[in-house]
Amino acid sequence: MKLLKLVPDNTNIHFLRWRMPFYIVSVLLMLASYGLLAVNGLNLGVDFVGGQAIRVTFTQDAEAPIPALRDEVDALGYGEPTIQQMGNPNQVSLRMRLPEDDADGGLAAKMTREIVSTIEQAHPGARIDGVESVSGQVSSELFTSGMLALGLAMVGISIYIWLRFEWQFGVGALFALLHDVTLTLGLFSLTQMEFDLNIVAALLTLIGYSLNDNIVVYDRVRENLKKYRRMPLPELLDLSVNETLSRTVVTSLSLLITLLALLLLGPDVIFGFTAAITVGIFVGTYSSIFMATPILIWLGVKPDSFVPTKDSAGDEPDGVTRKA
Amino acid sequence: MLNFPLWKRLWLWGITLVFAITSVPTLVSLAGGSWPEFLPRPVVNLGLDLAGGSHIMLEARPEQVARQRLETMEESVRTALRSATPRIQHGEISSANGELSFMLDDASQVDAARDLIEPMTTGAGLTGQRDWTINVVDGSRFVLKQTQAGINQTLDSAMASATEVVRKRIDGLGTREPIIIRQGSNRIVVQVPGLQDPEELKELLGQTAELEFKLVVPTNEPGGQVLPYAPGTIGEGTSITVRRLGGIRGDSLTNAQATRNSQNNEPVVSIQFDAQGAQRFAKLTTENVRKQFAIILDGEVISAPSINEPILGGQAQISGSFTPETAGQLAIALNSGALPVDLTVIEESTISAELGADSIDKGILAMGVGSLLLVIFIIVTYGRFGVYACLALVLNFLMILGVMAIMGSTLTLPGIAGFVLTIGAAVDANVLINERIREERARGRRVVQAVELGYKEASRAIFDANITNIIAAVLMAMIGSGPVKGFAIVLLIGIITSVFTAVTMTRMWVAGWLRKARPADLAL
Repeated sequence: MKLLKLVPDNTNIHFLRWRMPFYIVSVLLMLASYGLLAVNGLNLGVDFVGGQAIRVTFTQDAEAPIPALRDEVDALGYGEPTIQQMGNPNQVSLRMRLPEDDADGGLAAKMTREIVSTIEQAHPGARIDGVESVSGQVSSELFTSGMLALGLAMVGISIYIWLRFEWQFGVGALFALLHDVTLTLGLFSLTQMEFDLNIVAALLTLIGYSLNDNIVVYDRVRENLKKYRRMPLPELLDLSVNETLSRTVVTSLSLLITLLALLLLGPDVIFGFTAAITVGIFVGTYSSIFMATPILIWLGVKPDSFVPTKDSAGDEPDGVTRKA
Repeated sequence: MLNFPLWKRLWLWGITLVFAITSVPTLVSLAGGSWPEFLPRPVVNLGLDLAGGSHIMLEARPEQVARQRLETMEESVRTALRSATPRIQHGEISSANGELSFMLDDASQVDAARDLIEPMTTGAGLTGQRDWTINVVDGSRFVLKQTQAGINQTLDSAMASATEVVRKRIDGLGTREPIIIRQGSNRIVVQVPGLQDPEELKELLGQTAELEFKLVVPTNEPGGQVLPYAPGTIGEGTSITVRRLGGIRGDSLTNAQATRNSQNNEPVVSIQFDAQGAQRFAKLTTENVRKQFAIILDGEVISAPSINEPILGGQAQISGSFTPETAGQLAIALNSGALPVDLTVIEESTISAELGADSIDKGILAMGVGSLLLVIFIIVTYGRFGVYACLALVLNFLMILGVMAIMGSTLTLPGIAGFVLTIGAAVDANVLINERIREERARGRRVVQAVELGYKEASRAIFDANITNIIAAVLMAMIGSGPVKGFAIVLLIGIITSVFTAVTMTRMWVAGWLRKARPADLAL
């Protein structure tokens, strides 16, 4: 049986020759993302800003009557709703601010009842899919804990890499993670897709995967540093990336296959979640080759960074191929 | 590395099969079938986002608990000083800033007063602190201050009994399989699968349900307390004065029931006092015939009937413009006892069952199609080694479900995403191994040696990658809430099972094949 080989054996692509242009583009993209975040901000979901979200499906219409809906709900006097399409054109989410001075939640409950009955009367085919209501206090807690989880995960992972490799690798990984998270956040700011707790989970996942890629390349760099003491660093890094290229492609494709299935066929509710991870796979694969690896040159990794100590000397392969 | 004696093979297969088999009840129930009752049934429950239902988070305010403690303490101190012999005279007791302070008239009684008050304080749990601090300043001024440890302890026990009360009330509604969990120091999460309209539940849980019976007195009587009528009652908008002390409290009830008044068919709640309560109720009504007494719920008057004759049997009826629903709710609330603290709804979400079912269908479809394409891709790329990898994937999937069933975890939508991603990570392990074997073969190593080195060299990166994922997952499980947590749990289980299936199990299969077939070359 002839097996599929997406990447031919012994590729020798000079990834690092283009490290400056790639770095410039990436840093510009990161700056653009920060700019977008500063100007546009994120479209935070009720988990994070508090308020009420009502999900409605208009089963008899091809498309949700958004302007009419806005007027009807606005007329109730609780303020204008933020209406957003979700998944299908006939599904929307209505977001309302929670009434102020509402200690026991009675006003919020009354608001929900009135909005739901107004919608149901005006649109016979309307089906209320869900109501979610989060108080301001809880939402700020959720936001803090979500961001804390994200920040701590990035730092914790980088420290682990630093312990397992060298400090340069830890810094490289942290920078690559920052790059991935920034670009993904920038995309969310650009598209104004809703940013909620699920997306934080997606970001945590994508840093996990981006890191998988980094580790595989770094592991090979470490191995090659021990093997080829006299090879110049750029050449050695290129060799490491090339040697792991086939794995990178096959794994990224495997992930994309499952993610695309989830994105195209999966539940509408997690569209944003899968979209974030799918984007993250691209960004993460790119960053592990073009961001995390070249930075090692500038951070000054030395060929003797991994001089074999006594106990690891025995692990050395017996050198069938000293010369690449 | 490639040596697998029989005992080891049996052991590995044993573990795998035990977990895989425990996933069967879940698979059957997901597929819509029914699992025989007489068989053990660890089943992974579906979260509200998949099954539909209501989620409510309730919160108590610690300040309220502190205030209540202060009032109780004031009452006890007052009684103790009054009943002391000789009686200890004191000035006004002020209770500001969370502390009680009062001046003794006679400074020589300070020690006697301290001896009385000290036993009222206790150690606060295992913290080593007292629950109150007692200080005497300026010779005769007592200052009693609550410690944070004391407040925490009281809050803790109040929340424990509030959780119990919430459970009883929800059981009273007859909903199926509610989940009631205490969260943090002052929150309770309630999840009721299948419940589509949480209004009734929220109203029920929002009631403190403290029932009191107090005598109505003229407006100007000293020691009177002015209470408003409850909304919806006859006296709405007006208020009434009652005697503050000497009433009967609802905690001496044994039973409450929603019925109808036999004369006018109006919905009423009939209550039954316990022996002691019945006695006191008989006494109150005997001594005060033809006077009015007020029935008070949570500080609001429901009705104020006049006592026509002594009520001796300990049975009474409360009427006050009830609807059958509100009467039923009040009966449930009274039966479950009063909440020791007020609970406020701070987060709430309801998912319709249709949306949940739609999500399950689409989730299963996406997983099916995704897995099928993945299996094809892996087998086309790695041949026999790809088949092993895919077999490992199937076992991994079953094992995750099995472990979740044993742990009693709940599968949520982000959990499904976690599944898909775990599968991705498991594939990566096999990709790393197989690529390494390819490489070693290309460098001219013999088959067995190449396979051995492939597993050995790839393990390092697999190990590091999994540890970093575990770091992320543990942080998510610890800090995150709701969806983030559900996702993290699946991820954590999946990382561990995937190392087992993707590395250990495939190595065993490859070793078995190498020994049997002794191939001179690998198709890889």
